[in-house]
Amino acid sequence: MPVKTDAVGKSWPSTTYQVGREKIREYATVLGIENPVHFDVGAAREAGFRDVVAPPMFAVVYAMPSLAPAMFDPEVGINFAKLVHGAQTFEWDEPACSGDEITTTARLISAEEKLGNGFYVFETTSVNGAGAEVVRGTWTNIVRGV
Amino acid sequence: MADLNPGDAIPALKVTPDKYLPYRYAGASGDFNPIHLDQDFAKSVGLPSNILHGLYSMGLVAKAAAVGTAAGDPRALKKLTVQFRGMGLPEQEVEVTGTVKEVDGDRVVVDLEAVQGDNRIIRNGQAELEL
Repeated sequence: MPVKTDAVGKSWPSTTYQVGREKIREYATVLGIENPVHFDVGAAREAGFRDVVAPPMFAVVYAMPSLAPAMFDPEVGINFAKLVHGAQTFEWDEPACSGDEITTTARLISAEEKLGNGFYVFETTSVNGAGAEVVRGTWTNIVRGV
Repeated sequence: MADLNPGDAIPALKVTPDKYLPYRYAGASGDFNPIHLDQDFAKSVGLPSNILHGLYSMGLVAKAAAVGTAAGDPRALKKLTVQFRGMGLPEQEVEVTGTVKEVDGDRVVVDLEAVQGDNRIIRNGQAELEL
C-alpha cells in the first residue's frame, strides 16, 4: 500500500498543558535526575527560575498529547500494528516551569516511502503563556513494510 | 565547567531499570502503550518482552549529557537528536556514553549512544549544549 501524502502540511487543533510541581517531581524521580531545581521551589528560584523547572525531556509530557489526533487521522493512515518510533529531535528555548501553560501544535511535515517502509515526520511547536517558544520536536515514525 | 576538548569522554551513566520502571515511566509521561507494559501483548506483536519506552532511554541520554558537561543545569541542553534502534528491555543495565565532538566558546557538541550489552538501543545521538 503506498504511503498517503495528502495530509503533508496539515496541522491539528492545539493542546494545552498546565505544568505542575508534582508532575515535574514525578518525572525527575523516574529518570533519577537529582538536581534540586526540579524538586524545591527555593532552589529553583535561587537558580533564577520562576518556579520548579522541568528537565528538558519533560517536553514529552506536554507535547505528546498534541500528536494523538494526528497519529489517528485516517488522512495520514498510519498502521499502528507496524509502527515504531524511529528518531526524535528536540530543540529547546525557554525553560518550562511549574505554573506555565504550554500550548502545542502538531504538523505533518513529510510522509514518504523508503526501502519499503513508511516514514512519517511530525513537528510539534510548544509555546508558553507569554508566547515564547519552549520546544520544537521532530518525531519520526516508521511503519514497517507499508 | 572544566575544560572540555574534542575527543574527551563524558562520564558514563549506568542504570538498571527494574521490572516496574516502565509502569512508573508510563505514569510520569502519559505513554501507556501496552508494548511497554504487557508482556503477553508485546509477545503477540513479535517483541521479545515488554520493552522500555524509547523516550525514557532518550531521557537518560539527556541526563548523561547535562550531568556530564553542565552539572545537570536544565538550561544547558539546547538540542538533542537520537535514533532508536534495538529494543531496550527492563532488568538489564543501560549504559550511556558520550564523546565531545566540537567545542566553540560556550557551545559544546557531544555524540552519544545508549547500549544494553551488545544491543545499541540509541544510536547517532547528538547533543548541543551551552555551558
